[in-house]
Amino acid sequence: MFVGDTRVELDRILSRYPTKQAVLLPALWMLQDARGWVSEGGIEEVAAVLEITPAYVKGVVSFYTMYHQHPVGRHFIQVCTTTPCNVCGAEDVVKSLLEHTGCGDLGLTSADGRFTVVEVECLGACGFATPIMINNDFVESVTPESVSRILSELK
Amino acid sequence: MGYPHPSHPRETPILSKYFGDPEARTLAGWRARGGYEALEKALNTDPQELQTVVKDSGLRGRGGAGFPTGLKWSFMKPDGKTHYLCCNADESEPGTFKDREIMRWTPHGLVEGVALAAHAIYAQTAYIYIRGEFTEPYARVCAAVDEAYAAGILGPNAMGSGKHVDVHVHRGAGAYICGEETALMNSLEGRRGNPRIKPPFPAVAGLFGKPTTINNVETLTTVPYIIKNGAEWYKQYGRPDNPKSIGTKLFSVCGNISRPGNYEVALGFPFKDFLYDLCGGPLEGREIKAVIPGGSSVPILTREEAEGAIMDYEGFVASGTMLGSGGVIVFDDRQDMVRQIARLTRFYAHESCAQCTQCREGTAWITRIMERIRDGQGTAEDLDTLVAISEGMSGKTICVLSDSCATPVMSGLKKFRHEFEAKIAANTSMVTVPGAFRASAA
Amino acid sequence: MAEVKMVSLTIEGRPVTVPDGMSILEAAKTAGVLIPHYCYHPGLPVAGVCRMCLVEVEKFPKLAPACATTVGEGQVVHVHSPKALEARKGVLEFLLINHPLDCPICDQAGECELQDYTFAEGRADSRYREPKRFNPAEDFGGDVLYVQNRCILCTRCVRFMSDVAHDPVLNVSERGDRAFIGKAEGHDLTNPWAGNVVDLCPVGALLSKDFLNRARAWELDRAPTVCTGCSQGCNAVAETRDNVVVRLKPRANDQVNQYYMCEVGRQGYREFNRRDRADQPLVRHGNTLTIAEWDEAVARAAESIAGRRLVVLASANLSNEALFLLERTIVAAGGAGVFRLERGEEAPLPGAPDLALREERAANATAARLLGFTETASIGSTLHDGDALWIVGDHLDGVDAADLDRASSIVFVGTTLPAALEARAAVVLPITNIVEEEGTLTNLRGRVQRYLQAKAAPGVARPTWYVLADLLAAVGGDGRFYLPAEVFAALASTHASFAGLDYEALGLRGLPMIDAGMPAGAPEVTA
Repeated sequence: MFVGDTRVELDRILSRYPTKQAVLLPALWMLQDARGWVSEGGIEEVAAVLEITPAYVKGVVSFYTMYHQHPVGRHFIQVCTTTPCNVCGAEDVVKSLLEHTGCGDLGLTSADGRFTVVEVECLGACGFATPIMINNDFVESVTPESVSRILSELK
Repeated sequence: MGYPHPSHPRETPILSKYFGDPEARTLAGWRARGGYEALEKALNTDPQELQTVVKDSGLRGRGGAGFPTGLKWSFMKPDGKTHYLCCNADESEPGTFKDREIMRWTPHGLVEGVALAAHAIYAQTAYIYIRGEFTEPYARVCAAVDEAYAAGILGPNAMGSGKHVDVHVHRGAGAYICGEETALMNSLEGRRGNPRIKPPFPAVAGLFGKPTTINNVETLTTVPYIIKNGAEWYKQYGRPDNPKSIGTKLFSVCGNISRPGNYEVALGFPFKDFLYDLCGGPLEGREIKAVIPGGSSVPILTREEAEGAIMDYEGFVASGTMLGSGGVIVFDDRQDMVRQIARLTRFYAHESCAQCTQCREGTAWITRIMERIRDGQGTAEDLDTLVAISEGMSGKTICVLSDSCATPVMSGLKKFRHEFEAKIAANTSMVTVPGAFRASAA
Repeated sequence: MAEVKMVSLTIEGRPVTVPDGMSILEAAKTAGVLIPHYCYHPGLPVAGVCRMCLVEVEKFPKLAPACATTVGEGQVVHVHSPKALEARKGVLEFLLINHPLDCPICDQAGECELQDYTFAEGRADSRYREPKRFNPAEDFGGDVLYVQNRCILCTRCVRFMSDVAHDPVLNVSERGDRAFIGKAEGHDLTNPWAGNVVDLCPVGALLSKDFLNRARAWELDRAPTVCTGCSQGCNAVAETRDNVVVRLKPRANDQVNQYYMCEVGRQGYREFNRRDRADQPLVRHGNTLTIAEWDEAVARAAESIAGRRLVVLASANLSNEALFLLERTIVAAGGAGVFRLERGEEAPLPGAPDLALREERAANATAARLLGFTETASIGSTLHDGDALWIVGDHLDGVDAADLDRASSIVFVGTTLPAALEARAAVVLPITNIVEEEGTLTNLRGRVQRYLQAKAAPGVARPTWYVLADLLAAVGGDGRFYLPAEVFAALASTHASFAGLDYEALGLRGLPMIDAGMPAGAPEVTA
């Protein structure tokens, strides 16, 4: 994982911190960006390059909800359902997403491997209820009705 | 300007003046709007003096705790040690999305504030910790930092001052608790985002064990205006009878309201006018039932209480709540308060870091009871238990996440008890929860 | 050294004066007040997470965690005030909501701090009406089983592995009430010190697989002993049930092993339970060894050296007393003493000062050397044709039996008769093993430590020192001894290394030799 350009990038980040361990979150982001999720094998690689143990890395990975500990669909969709969005009908958006993606249930990946839908806690865009995140992109003010259009624009 | 609405005439747009103005995002655009003048001035001013100006201005932390910013800075002395500045851009308090807009529209405003503050606390290195979900703000701030380095604003000779200022952007990965300052430092150090026991306080041993100051995005973005215009200028904002709450404040408004979005008003603004005039009041045909004025961790207000409240630190306290992060959540008369409070406790149960017993177990227990009542399986005994758990969770843990979970339950039970009781009264199920067997056998 | 500033405060009405910087929890101990706690452990960094040790400190706005709050001049601390008690009751209730009440089948029952504090201070009932969390148990590798349902997330185990063992193979995984103690795939608890997490666990979440379902804690008898697994001399407790040692646990000693013991030492208990013990004195008549009276057997042993050079092959696990008596015997009879030493890889516990599983895998080579025994790799090099050979405590593992044939007579003083001696020994004198007798040992730093008897000897086997004292008398050597303390007194009065030491005064944590003449190691730790 951390060879060539990726290694150069990692070294550049390492230079910003007094400890190697501080680069754990950035390194995990690099891993997930490259592989789509954080596997046990990936954890071993990150641990080795930062000179920490896999168990330590795993404890950190499992603390942060954005690191995928399992493979996810090509379009990973996070729907905010915390109170501010909930009062604006976020749960209906979830239903609509599950229906249109064919995911069946939250956390499951659709049979075609395209989608995974999860509920998340506050995305910090409460004034634009209901916000959803599709991979790294925000879509604001999603309604049950706008779901099919949003999904149709995805590859 | 203003975003997502044009600024209302009764707003005082200082931080939000360029919201919605894409040109303000670039270095050239920011400079054209007077940007980096304050930083240049500050880099050539003694840090002690900067600390004094900020102290005199009356600026208080905008992240939620409201600690006087200048006083916090004054803990940092020229002691020759390595110091760090942390910018808390982990905005995750439900109902709050002001820092997001600051970073999206005026990233250079933040970078300027961060660099200025770093100098003011004798730090060479500053980290901006941005929550992982904020992908666009992250990209904007990174771009601004890159531009600033390229222009010599940051780096070993910042703006030609001979001062070394490094600013690094660090991305979180999904954890509400990292907005707590010591949890944020742990996260930055590559650890689980567990809050630390205080003392030691960050000013003594913070990031990487070094003296550290940590300020919120809004706070840091405000500072250049104060340095540029002076403490006296800043003091004009606020109600004359309350010198403790000075300046303007961004309020995020969401929930069942006509015009959700960010509004910047001078502290001391009447909350009723704010809700009905600026934000357009409830949706058509609805009435406001309840308002949480300062992010989900502060007590809920009834409509009547909200309409009588004054929007500053002391004003909200007088109404039995807190200014908090300035995240206003509006509930209208359609909303089931039991359901919504249950959803809030679930949030805290999800976000508890798992360190303290009361929080780890209490947030989950309270959520199970709340959801059971919500689902029509509540018993009268549950209400007493909720109060007992809430008390057991308050004031006993390392950080206040535990207290924050208990807060909506306590205030909800106090103010909307009839909604809980109605749900319990409607529980006609033959089979109740396991413990009830013992209760009936006794 | 700079003068330590002292701080005076009041804890539960008792005035205490302690060094500045001490925690309220430790200060309370000095006043004889136990502040209930789970996550705190004196050998680990403070976590302050269980919140069990909350106490009321006058003028503090909130209850304070006693483990993480340092003493202050004039503080008034209330441990058992209604407010503090209520907080602890709350913590106990929270800890119990998901805790399976499976004490009847839990190994920890009887020595469980959750059980004890709940009994002492907890609520009589629970207000929890929801289903309990359930998770399967997990084998952590090594000797450790993790029963997640019982875990209270105190993180002692995680901190031990990272901060003391410097081998962070355990973590806290996930968040909130989903959190658990985790490890990485393929990285087991195989660290030689990992077994300590079982002792550190205040509840039944981390268990020894070896001890699993062996005994109830309250059925066990306990006696202080010293581990014979290596030359470190870790203080231990031998726990027995029905005269069988079921486990060895570390006994705290700041100067030797802090709170810890390694896996090699822990597993050493099996040796003490061997069923193939010599339990009757035997003497040879023709081709057979036959049961004899003690007096006859001792006399035959003494006769065996008449007119011969005596070679003693002593075990490096013999007590100071046994080695001393043998030394005298050699002086009286003329000859030489040797010992064999098994060596292994040194395995330090980096977070504890001067603590390691030592290379020398015997408890008392130090004393053997001091008392004139020399180490030998092969008995054949010491033994001359026609010598009398006494084998004391050595099991002859790895010895070439042909080497023994140089001896014109062999006496075996030991616990289990080696196969090679069945046809060769003229006399067999059965002795106790270390947990069946009392005595002293000297560790590699010259610390002399006492151990007590934990179980009864088999048959008519006698304490080693007792048998050797009889033999000494029988060969006409100097001194008559009727108690181990008398042997030790003679040792101390005749050997400079042991000078000034007194058997009783050694107590149960031992004392360093005044002039140990030891290889330089860590200095005495000042607690």
